[in-house]
Amino acid sequence: MKITVDGREVSVPGGQLLIKAAEENGTYIPRFCWHPRMKPVGMCRMCLVEIEGPRGRLLTTSCTTSVTDGMVVHTRSDVVKKAQEGVLEFLLVNHPLDCPVCDKGGECPLQDQTLAHGPGESRFVEEKRHFEKPIPISDLVLLDRERCILCARCTRFSDEISGDPLIEFIDRGNYTQINTFPDEPFSSYFSGNTVQLCPVGALTATPYRFRARPWDLEAVESTCPHCSVGCRVSVHASQNRVLRLVGVDVAATNQGWLCDKGRFGFEYLRSPDRLSTPLLRGDDGELHEVGWAEALDAVAARLGAVIAQRGPGAVAGLGGARSTNEEAYAFAKLLRGVIGTGNLDASLGDDPGPGLLVGVPTRATIDDLERAKTILVWGPDLKEELPVLHLRVRRAATALGATVVVVHPRATGLDRDAAHTVRYRPGEGAALLKRLAAGEGELAQVREALSAGPVVAIVGRTGLAESADLAEAVAGFALTLPDAKVMPVGRRGNLLGALDMGMSPHLLPGRVSADDENARDALATAWGAGVAAPGHDVAGILTGMADGSIGALLLLGCDPLADHPDRKNAAAAFARGVFIVSLDIFRNESNRRADVVLPLDTFTEVEGTVTNLEGRAQKTNRIVPGVGASRPAVEVLEDLAVRLGGSIGGSASTLAKEIAAVAPAYAAVTWDVLDWGVGRDGIVAAGGSFTHAPMAAAKDTAAGDLTLHLGRVLYDAGTMVSAGPSLVGLAQEPAAHLHPDDAARLGFASGDRVTVTGNGGSAVMPVALDRTLARGTLYVPFNLGATIGNGLDVKVTKA
Amino acid sequence: MTDRILTTRMEAHPADSHTMSRYEATGGYTALRKALGMKPEEIVAEVKASNLRGRGGAGFPTGVKWGFLAPARPRYLVINADESEPGTFKDRQLLERDPHQMIEGAIISAFALAVNHAFVFIRGEYSRSARRVQQAVDEAYAVGYLGRDILGSGFALDVTVHLGAGAYICGEETAMLNALEGKRGEPRIKPPFPAVAGLYAKPTIVNNVETISNIPWIITNGGAAYDAIGPEGSRGTRLLSLSGHVVKPGNYEIVMGMSWRDLIYGVGGGIRSGKGLKCWIPGGASAPWFTPEVLDEPVTLDDIARLGSMAGSGAVVVMDETTNVVAAALSIVRFFAHESCGQCTPCREGTTWLQRILERVLAGRGRPADLDLLLDVCDNISPGLRWPPAMTTICPLGPSAVSPITSIMQHFRDEVAAMIPGGVTAGV
Repeated sequence: MKITVDGREVSVPGGQLLIKAAEENGTYIPRFCWHPRMKPVGMCRMCLVEIEGPRGRLLTTSCTTSVTDGMVVHTRSDVVKKAQEGVLEFLLVNHPLDCPVCDKGGECPLQDQTLAHGPGESRFVEEKRHFEKPIPISDLVLLDRERCILCARCTRFSDEISGDPLIEFIDRGNYTQINTFPDEPFSSYFSGNTVQLCPVGALTATPYRFRARPWDLEAVESTCPHCSVGCRVSVHASQNRVLRLVGVDVAATNQGWLCDKGRFGFEYLRSPDRLSTPLLRGDDGELHEVGWAEALDAVAARLGAVIAQRGPGAVAGLGGARSTNEEAYAFAKLLRGVIGTGNLDASLGDDPGPGLLVGVPTRATIDDLERAKTILVWGPDLKEELPVLHLRVRRAATALGATVVVVHPRATGLDRDAAHTVRYRPGEGAALLKRLAAGEGELAQVREALSAGPVVAIVGRTGLAESADLAEAVAGFALTLPDAKVMPVGRRGNLLGALDMGMSPHLLPGRVSADDENARDALATAWGAGVAAPGHDVAGILTGMADGSIGALLLLGCDPLADHPDRKNAAAAFARGVFIVSLDIFRNESNRRADVVLPLDTFTEVEGTVTNLEGRAQKTNRIVPGVGASRPAVEVLEDLAVRLGGSIGGSASTLAKEIAAVAPAYAAVTWDVLDWGVGRDGIVAAGGSFTHAPMAAAKDTAAGDLTLHLGRVLYDAGTMVSAGPSLVGLAQEPAAHLHPDDAARLGFASGDRVTVTGNGGSAVMPVALDRTLARGTLYVPFNLGATIGNGLDVKVTKA
Repeated sequence: MTDRILTTRMEAHPADSHTMSRYEATGGYTALRKALGMKPEEIVAEVKASNLRGRGGAGFPTGVKWGFLAPARPRYLVINADESEPGTFKDRQLLERDPHQMIEGAIISAFALAVNHAFVFIRGEYSRSARRVQQAVDEAYAVGYLGRDILGSGFALDVTVHLGAGAYICGEETAMLNALEGKRGEPRIKPPFPAVAGLYAKPTIVNNVETISNIPWIITNGGAAYDAIGPEGSRGTRLLSLSGHVVKPGNYEIVMGMSWRDLIYGVGGGIRSGKGLKCWIPGGASAPWFTPEVLDEPVTLDDIARLGSMAGSGAVVVMDETTNVVAAALSIVRFFAHESCGQCTPCREGTTWLQRILERVLAGRGRPADLDLLLDVCDNISPGLRWPPAMTTICPLGPSAVSPITSIMQHFRDEVAAMIPGGVTAGV
């Protein structure tokens, strides 16, 4: 339809909000409370405009008015200008003159709009209202109620978007204030978003408070590395230090939001514990700092010896899921091409499996959630593992009318907005799937809900004690549903990217099967070197290390000893005297046993691409240097390759071009298109001949009295959390969660200290009662320091 | 000529007019029996024909409002008993002394509007009213005037009595709906209007206690009979709450059309202690003030509007020559500042700012610039200082605070200026 704004006729979509229609056509109407991603409330009154009507001009808020055909709008009339001056003068009546000490100064909508639309002075000579300031409302967020202009952006975000309505208005009129409920701090995983969208300095973030002025900051867009959602961030740095991350609105992925782990989880970059010098284990058995040349020579010598004596098949490589695509590609090329081994894996055995992740037929995008009638979530608790994906599913359920079905051993963050929740205990998933597929008994309604297409199924492992086979079977079932698309999910940031780069025994770069001899030959031609046939995956590699058939292990940014769910297998592997080289950024359990440790540049220090769980390739960019003598992985791997008599080919940017040439699924992915072209929102990799038909049959393993649900939590003992002062305190102590009936049956009360014994060890922890847990299940969060292995059978005894 | 509709029973039987036994003994619930034999459209037509205008303050024609109700189900009826406009105490009398009249009106209205659940929202401070209304509701259930299959008609109605928690703003219909839903009592953006999307987003009619209390008489005697009472535009009778410096303050049921002189000096007995009349508020704290020049103008809705004010909630507050107009204005502005819900900037900040300026002036610390400042702050809440007021705000509470200030500046500017130390020269 056509509307006239300040005398200019423009074409706008019917039903659009006037404030948005005007902005998209070049007329910016000032505002505070309106946010493009939330419902309008018309509270601040800054967006007042005059609209012509039968009874003259009506002064009304443009954020609550939808355009109608022929609407005539005045945004700069004398009445509007006086109203704008009036609103700003009113806002400044009680707003404290804090600019010199306020974080928001320099990027403050109140400052900006006062300069543009406000009166030159305030005529208020009375006493402003006062509050104690600031007050912490959580560990990460501080509230200054004097600065607050009561726009309700933070409360609306917490209610509408994150579903954590832990902040609310109390009192009335001039004494209205934002506050938390008694004894309930604002501990939402998404609290940092309110700091970003607060239009004044009322909400400030503890990690950033008083650190910088916006005009001192340099910025570059990048992709958050913490999980596989791949949220778009802007990295802000000053004097070679990253000071904060802010969310960037990409419609296809995070829509501007970040979780707090992603937002505040950058402090590890400058942790004093970061590796900054190569380490070489000496004859005294200790790791000593050495120069790069000495370290690389040592690696090449020992590797060369293993290859010469026992063949390339005695070498293995693990990692890449925390690296860029170019780094993973370089690693895969070093292993398969230069060294000639097919023993390589980016998976650490804690995901649904490379076949399903890389080759699922009809993969869903995050945007498909917007169009889905039904969404099935049978996998991890998205709120804990993939928080912004949780927000997108929540949006589909609450704003777009999708029916959500959640299947999980205990309550997840989505339960409240789900139409159906199904409980089962780990180890009995196959039987449940069978009953669900048949719509048996109480599952009839759920089955019926699932037959309303289009269906999007988010499929993964609910916990690490559960087999990947179940996720396969669920995916297979989901694909039979009407108009169904499947999103298999693994957690690590670039797991799919690394697999796509060929960091898997049966995969070549670009989603091509490594079992295809012709494909290997074609790649060999491109590489100018042989391409090894498939070897062992991570399970086979660990077994090979334990039984002696693997003599050398290269680790690229991974810690199998801590992260592989099968602790026994991993421990046995590392107990042997295998030659271990670790390229990483921190000391960890695995590289404490390494012979050589090489310090790497990481997130914000290297440029490259990463691939999220949709297969969307996005840029990750460099803005600060590494620490000490750390170097980019691609350079280190090239130096190694050269010493071994081969070559990987060049810098990351050169490799990016090579990837586009040899990896079919990545043919359209170039840095230019991602940075400057139509790929600004990322490019979804598509193509490649590899497909994977999900295995239909999963088997339930015999289960005892209690089976183990080994789910993850957002704040755990992972290095990127524990090396950051702002987040380290948020990881909780592990507890043994039991349903009250099971606890009563076993004679435990809440708080009793118990010993939990699994197949990989035992640990002492307190009992916690969880009414939402499936009966016969013990829930112990993974990676909180209680290492009990990942076997389904567990025993709990009084400590 | 009928001159009493609403207060007949309570005048004749002051001891027990609120009880079911007295109500039924004096013709109560016969209108309901008649209504249940009519078609719902017929009832609506009678109300339209009566030209009954809402008695809560806006004076909107009730039958027209009922006609806006959207077809979706379920529908709700909410009776606004949050009487909080300063100077208004008429609904209290109806609630305490003749609750069955209102309830019968509610049942008839619900039947006409296909409503099966009605709410009575009573301000929390009206504890006796709440007790009497709940008692009357309980009596009605016991006899069968409420609940399933009322009088064998097949019509079912439940009535819930809900108490407010101390906020004037909950008298604003959409704030009331939010409060009923358990949310903060804050007005909603309109459109959508309650008749389309109201309580729980369903079609809802909100009517004042007095409005609904007229319905039984209209059904019994017909809409035309109601339309025959009083002047055009102000049909029927009206309860006025007369207070202030009059000899006989109180609630009076009158037929409109008399002059202000007749009301103040006749009905009200004149100014106490033989003082002179200075000014009066014609319709509640939100209304601009009148001065003695208009004493001989008629008391009707349309004439009051013509003269730049409103009949509003029917509260007439009379001020004599001893009144300090700044103190009087401050009293009202302080009320609105206290009751502002806080959602929108101009009202939240502006009403308290106006209060602070008036406090300073009253305390002798005013400045010459404060006179124009008062009016300009008012202009930023209600642009043009027009009547009816324009608003930069979400609801009319902000502009309500403006009325007393424009009134004293328009009629008593010299008096205000005299409170400024050093005086105010013309043009400053």
